[in-house]
Amino acid sequence: MAKCFSTLQFHPERCDGCIECMTACAQAKAGTDDLRFSRIRILPSINGSGHELALCRQCADPVCVMNCPSGALTKNADTGVVDWAGDKCVDCLLCTAGCAYAGIVYEAEVGHVSKCDMCDGAPACVAACKNGALEHRTEARLFNGFAEKEDMFCPGLAACHGCNSELLIRHTMRMVGPDSVVAAPPGCIPGMGTVGYNGQTGAKVPIFHSLLTNTATMLAGVKMQYNRVGREVIAVALSGDGGTADAGFQSVSGAAERNDPILFICVDNEGYMNTGMQASGVTPYGSWSSTTPVGGAMQGKRTEAKNLPVIMTMHNCSYVATASPAFLEDYYAKLAKAIEVSKTGMAYLHVYTPCPTGWRFPSSMTTEVCRMQVRTNFVALWEYDPENGLRFTHKVDRPEPVSNYLKMIGKYRHLSEEQVAHIQRTVDDKIAYLDQLTKIETHAAASAH
Amino acid sequence: MHSKYLIVGSSHAALEGATAIRLIDSDGTLAMLTRDARLPYSPTILPYVVSGRSRPDKVKLRDESYFRANAIDFVSDATVASLDPAQQSLCLVSGETRRYDKLLIATGAAPALPPVPGLREVPYHVLRSMNDAVGLHEAMQHAKSALVLGAGLIGMHAAENMAEARIGVCVVEMQRHALSGYFEPRASTIIERTFTRNGIRMLMGRTLQRVERAGEGCRATLSDGSTIEADLLLVCTGVKPNMDFLAGSGIETEAGILVDDRMRTSAPNVWAAGDVAQARGFWGDKVLNGILPNAVEQGRIAGLDMADDAGLQPFPGAVPLNTYSFFGQQAISVGRAHADDGVDVKESGDDDKGVYRRIALKDGKLIGIATINDFIDAGVMWQLILRGTDLSAVRDKFIADPMLTGRQLMSQTWR
Repeated sequence: MAKCFSTLQFHPERCDGCIECMTACAQAKAGTDDLRFSRIRILPSINGSGHELALCRQCADPVCVMNCPSGALTKNADTGVVDWAGDKCVDCLLCTAGCAYAGIVYEAEVGHVSKCDMCDGAPACVAACKNGALEHRTEARLFNGFAEKEDMFCPGLAACHGCNSELLIRHTMRMVGPDSVVAAPPGCIPGMGTVGYNGQTGAKVPIFHSLLTNTATMLAGVKMQYNRVGREVIAVALSGDGGTADAGFQSVSGAAERNDPILFICVDNEGYMNTGMQASGVTPYGSWSSTTPVGGAMQGKRTEAKNLPVIMTMHNCSYVATASPAFLEDYYAKLAKAIEVSKTGMAYLHVYTPCPTGWRFPSSMTTEVCRMQVRTNFVALWEYDPENGLRFTHKVDRPEPVSNYLKMIGKYRHLSEEQVAHIQRTVDDKIAYLDQLTKIETHAAASAH
Repeated sequence: MHSKYLIVGSSHAALEGATAIRLIDSDGTLAMLTRDARLPYSPTILPYVVSGRSRPDKVKLRDESYFRANAIDFVSDATVASLDPAQQSLCLVSGETRRYDKLLIATGAAPALPPVPGLREVPYHVLRSMNDAVGLHEAMQHAKSALVLGAGLIGMHAAENMAEARIGVCVVEMQRHALSGYFEPRASTIIERTFTRNGIRMLMGRTLQRVERAGEGCRATLSDGSTIEADLLLVCTGVKPNMDFLAGSGIETEAGILVDDRMRTSAPNVWAAGDVAQARGFWGDKVLNGILPNAVEQGRIAGLDMADDAGLQPFPGAVPLNTYSFFGQQAISVGRAHADDGVDVKESGDDDKGVYRRIALKDGKLIGIATINDFIDAGVMWQLILRGTDLSAVRDKFIADPMLTGRQLMSQTWR
């Protein structure tokens, strides 16, 4: 299987043009402050309003390598870096004709072409960037690791076009592994075939189709039986928001209060998408759904979504976190913690999973919608445990207006300016509230002083 | 022998064709035939082999393990004699027959000899194959003087190599200036002066009337009546596509093999790419564009089309392009910088310092740029031309600093 590689990401909106990355590069590569030796180039924008970047992209199909007549340039199959061998290079500059990004360039002072070599995996430019405008993205390591793990679901699950819940459960169960048992109450996840049809299941681990109302308690009971016979298994619930926030809530609440040793994952697509897009208790204000229609009397849902993950923290169970499929590194870190925690107490993960079919946006845009949920603070990424309280894991410093998110989605198309302003206020209030929660001095934090 | 894919040739176009096929089709049988005895190498590297900077065994573009890993049957010493598109078969000089489902002709070009009386009776060198390069390198060890016929890229490269090996070199060129395919006279003059300063006699605007044997070397009579004696004669007067084996095949040719924007020839299941192919020029008629980046691009397109890649982007049209290093200096030419027909041309530089820049714009779009000792990103400039990026709003900035403005536009436009 093809390998994924780490990469450098540039966030132009965070760059202030201090060019310390360039100095760090020149120092790392040539031991000088002479910026002509830097292999990363930050440039002012043409209109002077921001900054631009010229840097090697370590392309997957590098034309510089194809254009090299001497074999001096090669794509390293282990690191993904386009390596340059000075002893083979003949200074013909044909590589520069192959690069559309000014990533391999000639400087008379340097005397030969030069390009970024990723500093053997520890880029000096990233370390020097005080604004976080340069980021070393290492998620590839995760993907490569995941590719080697076994998929716990069969091929051919019949999720809708563009659904990320299928990806989410496949990734999740790869990490949970084969020593597990899964509960899946009515919803999209059983609907796509995980609990089976024609006498066969869609999963490679034991999976059962619990009721909407008893998932958490039934799973806790199954786990107890495994404990009794001396087998250690991870007990996982893959539930929708209906099975968690509405009909399922009393059993989830009870399990959390007892701190039953299970991993409960709420795959939140803001309603009953499997049965015809009815609203649930976590459907946001203003949303069109088949039970909160748009017409003369109603302009979408009139009430607010309840903040279920915050409610879960009030149960003092062992671990609670929110997650987004667009921020997988964040999710994987939380999932790893949750798996560990679930051996002794309850771990609750609330994953926000937009639904192209029910929310009315193009199926190609799912991940962009996920990303925009976080960029606008519509969704906040945080984690909680009783010892350390609540903390943000991906704080958004300069959130985009929530309207940028709403306008991507059909179920908000009817919103008036007042409604959008209302949603913006509730988003701001929610962040302010969470921010207050992060400031609560827990006993653990106090005794650490 | 039958293979699903058959590639004739083993240089850049052929190799990128094979890579592209393997991107899409990992196990269709694939054979690559080359008349060379060696593993693949680039004709562009040959001047560096001549100078001794690159060793012949260190410049291979692929090795046996690559062919093994990609299930490519690499066959050397295999020269094609004829092609029968109706039978989908090739006949080799050895008498062997090769059948194919899909064929890529990437046979490149061979030196074109000028019709100079006596040329074939005297010892002369050409520079197109590794054997040529090794032979020239050896001949230079004994030569004290050399005559280079033709001031194109190969001739100029070789002349520089010889001068650095302390051989007295004379370059004779029919055109009024060196490298006239890429540079206009002012730029060529700067380059010629550097050659002159390094002891090379640059005799431009002259042809050879006749040549005869003189001792171990030759004596040449020029069109101006003068004579030159040289131990070593190198003929670099251009190339012609290797397509003699197409005689009788019915495949349409002009200066090269005519291809469409997917590199398909007039015969079904036959593609051509690289120096042998005559494809659409970016500004019009079909042209030969014998440069390495062009071979890479065409080879890739041909390979993807042969493997039925649904996402194939057709050929955008050939743009002349070159990067040329001489005596530690750099000349770069992208597009039609030498154009002067109704274009907005801006020239700057300092001839004495050997710095030069010429930018040609038409309707606010870049059509060509050439520089000497003034680095520009040729790849970025090439994209600006291909994309037809409108530079009207930034014309003055671009003319003042094309490298910076090009990078800014690149970062903004195709971030």
